[in-house]
Amino acid sequence: MLTTGIILFASFGYMGLLFAIAHYGDKRADAGRSIISNPYIYALSLAVYCTAWTFYGSVGLAVRSGLGFLPIYIGPTLMALLGWWIWQKIIRISKVHRITSIADFIASRYGKSTTLGGIVTIIAVMGIIPYIALQLKAISTGFLLINHYPDISVSYSELPVMGDPAFYIAMLLAIFSILFGTRHLDATERHEGLVAAIAFESIVKLAATLTVGIFVTYAIHNGFSDLFQKAGELAELKNPIGRESGDVSSLIFDRYLMIKGQGNSYMDWSIYVFISMLAIIFLPRQFQVAVVENVNEEHLNKAIWLFPLYLLAINIFVVPVALSGILRFPDGSVDADTFVLTLPMAEHQQFIALFVYLGGMSAATGMVIVETIALSTMICNDLVMPVLLRLPIETGGHQDYGRLLLTIRRGSIVLVLLLGYAYFRTIVEFYTLVSLGLMSFALVAQFAPAMLGGIYWKGGTRTGAICGLLAGFAVWTYTLLLPSLVQAGIIPQDFVARGPFGIALLKPYALFGLGDLNRISHSVFWSMLINISAYVGVSVFSRPRAIDHTQAALFVDVFRYSGEAGESHFWRGTANLPDLKSLLIRFLGKRRTDAALAEYADKHKLSWSYLATADADLVSYAERLLAGAIGSASARVMVASVVKEESLGIEEVLNILDETQQVIAYSRELEKATAELQEANRRLQDLDRLKDEFISTVTHELRTPLTSVRSLAEILHSNPDIDADQHKSFSGIIIKESERLTRLINQVLDYEKIESAQMDWVITSTDIKEIIQDAVASTRQLVEDKNITIDYDLNVQAPPISGDRDRLVQVIVNLISNAVKFCDAGRGKITIRLTSTDKQVRVDVQDNGIGIKAEDQSKIFEKFQQVKDPTRGRPYGTGIGLTISKRIIDFHHGNIWVESTPGKGSTFSFSLPTALEAALSR
Amino acid sequence: MTPKARKNKRLVGLFLLGCILFNYPLLSLFNLEAMILGIPLLFFYIFTAWAILILLAAIATRMRWRSPSKPDNKTG
Repeated sequence: MLTTGIILFASFGYMGLLFAIAHYGDKRADAGRSIISNPYIYALSLAVYCTAWTFYGSVGLAVRSGLGFLPIYIGPTLMALLGWWIWQKIIRISKVHRITSIADFIASRYGKSTTLGGIVTIIAVMGIIPYIALQLKAISTGFLLINHYPDISVSYSELPVMGDPAFYIAMLLAIFSILFGTRHLDATERHEGLVAAIAFESIVKLAATLTVGIFVTYAIHNGFSDLFQKAGELAELKNPIGRESGDVSSLIFDRYLMIKGQGNSYMDWSIYVFISMLAIIFLPRQFQVAVVENVNEEHLNKAIWLFPLYLLAINIFVVPVALSGILRFPDGSVDADTFVLTLPMAEHQQFIALFVYLGGMSAATGMVIVETIALSTMICNDLVMPVLLRLPIETGGHQDYGRLLLTIRRGSIVLVLLLGYAYFRTIVEFYTLVSLGLMSFALVAQFAPAMLGGIYWKGGTRTGAICGLLAGFAVWTYTLLLPSLVQAGIIPQDFVARGPFGIALLKPYALFGLGDLNRISHSVFWSMLINISAYVGVSVFSRPRAIDHTQAALFVDVFRYSGEAGESHFWRGTANLPDLKSLLIRFLGKRRTDAALAEYADKHKLSWSYLATADADLVSYAERLLAGAIGSASARVMVASVVKEESLGIEEVLNILDETQQVIAYSRELEKATAELQEANRRLQDLDRLKDEFISTVTHELRTPLTSVRSLAEILHSNPDIDADQHKSFSGIIIKESERLTRLINQVLDYEKIESAQMDWVITSTDIKEIIQDAVASTRQLVEDKNITIDYDLNVQAPPISGDRDRLVQVIVNLISNAVKFCDAGRGKITIRLTSTDKQVRVDVQDNGIGIKAEDQSKIFEKFQQVKDPTRGRPYGTGIGLTISKRIIDFHHGNIWVESTPGKGSTFSFSLPTALEAALSR
Repeated sequence: MTPKARKNKRLVGLFLLGCILFNYPLLSLFNLEAMILGIPLLFFYIFTAWAILILLAAIATRMRWRSPSKPDNKTG
């Protein structure tokens, strides 16, 4: 006989067994011999998806809407097939970035935004607390039912909180979660014992379901067909009129075995498949077991068919149990949600009943444990920590944050469970298991656009994600949460029946007149529509920040950037090593910090003794370490507080690549810089070429006089009897040519001196007129040789200038000899003009020679530039003269320039400041 | 093509197959008042299709395990 004592003993004994398994799992993990590192345990842990809702609620749903319970399991089956694709990516991203929860994932993707993390956490808590309450309700109901064995009756009012075993179970679950779910500070570390316990629970609940299914189908009835037959006969008995005779009546088909009518249309079916597809990925507990607790990505391989197989197995007997329940309790006196337990009880099978009770408990506790841990991580890292880190008191303090973190996490676990229990005691009575679960699903589905968009679309922005989530949440609240409060009597009935303020278009169950869908489908449709529109629309129109780009690229292209070094390509910043270290110690503790840093040093072959500054690589390593403990958004805030600079360089942004405007801007800059470099290089090459030409010209110029000197000297040498006149003429040429040589060499030497700034300048106050006269005098011979006339008028007043007289003479000599060079012999005419103002004097040397082409005018004063003679193809003169002149004028703070019309002649001009002006400006 | 990409293709294909099998209109073909082997048609169809889909998924993922060394000789 099942007494209360035995039931309590079994309940708490079962809990004890869980503790033992978890403890064993942790011990094995510590010893390095993991018991969970295989795909079977991984698949079983995924089965935490099947909660008390599956265990008890599926049968209830089957009784109410026939096969309508199936989409909830077909969805995950489909998603598991696609999950290879999505899960693998999420797992990889989470491992690389040390992401520990869905809130952290979304926050991290959208620029490590604390706001987003907070929003996701709040939404998750709102969606999951009722779900946890539902599990506690299942435990409590189960206990109440079996406690009355063999009577079948249940009433919650009879139990005070203190006498409710569900309350103690909840507290035991809290202890369990604290012991095995918050062992480490670093939430990315796996909880092996916990996973082992969850896998065990999955086995128990499957075994219990199969036991009761086989018992009902094969012991009470005679197999599937017998059961369907009997059900049909019963329906015929109740509704004999207007039915065709046959094996099974239409009624049983209509209600239980076909998809038909309101609440069970194809559309509802598809939407249920859709939200359960999303739920299997985005429920916090699924994220915890599938992503955070994943040991090896390869385990997905087997899990993607093992897990669906589990789902199929646990559902195969749902319809038989439902039909059998209807047959056994035709008057509807027993809640269909409890058929699983009440059928064996009614058949007086106390051991099966007890086993089923434990199975129900395993389904409920597994979910509660994982969900609480997932939520506590979120609450701690994305809700409490960001607030705590912004409080002024923390600055500079060296308290042990590690302990504080664990305390917060443990506190959150207790809080979540207490909230769940309170919710169960106050509201849950009004609902069936399934309706609460589906509400959760619909809410969790709101994470999908931000998550999936985040890993496959780089364009999603933080603002877009926030808008999408808030909009979806708002619609869910309006179409599901508020009406559910009506049921509980908190909001007046009119709100649902007539719409708020009597506006029929706003009726929460038929928004804008959409009344064809059931409540859940209706809510999912509107909330997803608005969520996706807001997410995409706002993303497209909002401007992403640099960090958004970075995170987007890191998430979307995770397989390209995979590996430890990934992030440092994008984020540059250095920190004082002791600062960084003390930050780590505050959160991770000294031992772990030292170990982690040692590991880093080992990998990068560093020696700490030489390091005072942490480079970008080490900074991002530290940030990832912290992210594992306190979440990425908080880690970012903390690391930013010790990091000196943070900027995106050209290289980094180029790494992020493509489309983005910023990258385009930077690449333009880079192109410009490259172009400048290329230009500089080209000029250097030009100069090099010019220098070669210059050398060849100079040597040529040197050789011409030298050749004539030598040949004349040879003539004189070999003909001693040459007549006196000829002798004189020859030696005269030799002297002249030697002078030309000397002049040339002097020029080169001058040039060299000026270039190397070794010229000795003799600055005196001089008269420009004298300078001109001297220059003309010294070039008289040159001019007369070519029969060129030279005009100059010096009857003007000119103020004195201060300068090196000889050098200035050299300038004018250069200009005159230049002019002579380009004038035709006989017709040439050179005019020298002097003009002056108070501030400057100006000298023009005009000729009527061949002139200089416009494109050459700017170049002739530059180093090594010579104007080529188009017919000779070889430049006139050495080209040094003008360069030297320019240097001399520059030295005197003057200007030199040329104006010329090809064919008509050129005017070379220079201006010099007067002595007074020069003195003033100095 | 890498074995991984091929497996991806297979699984995505199975996913699409599943989406078609478990949705309107294919579902409506079996949504009839009929029995097969004493079991209602739709119930029978869903569980059979489900089981076949799982079997195919198992085969699709297993194939890679058997021929990791010479993946190029295999075709989908």
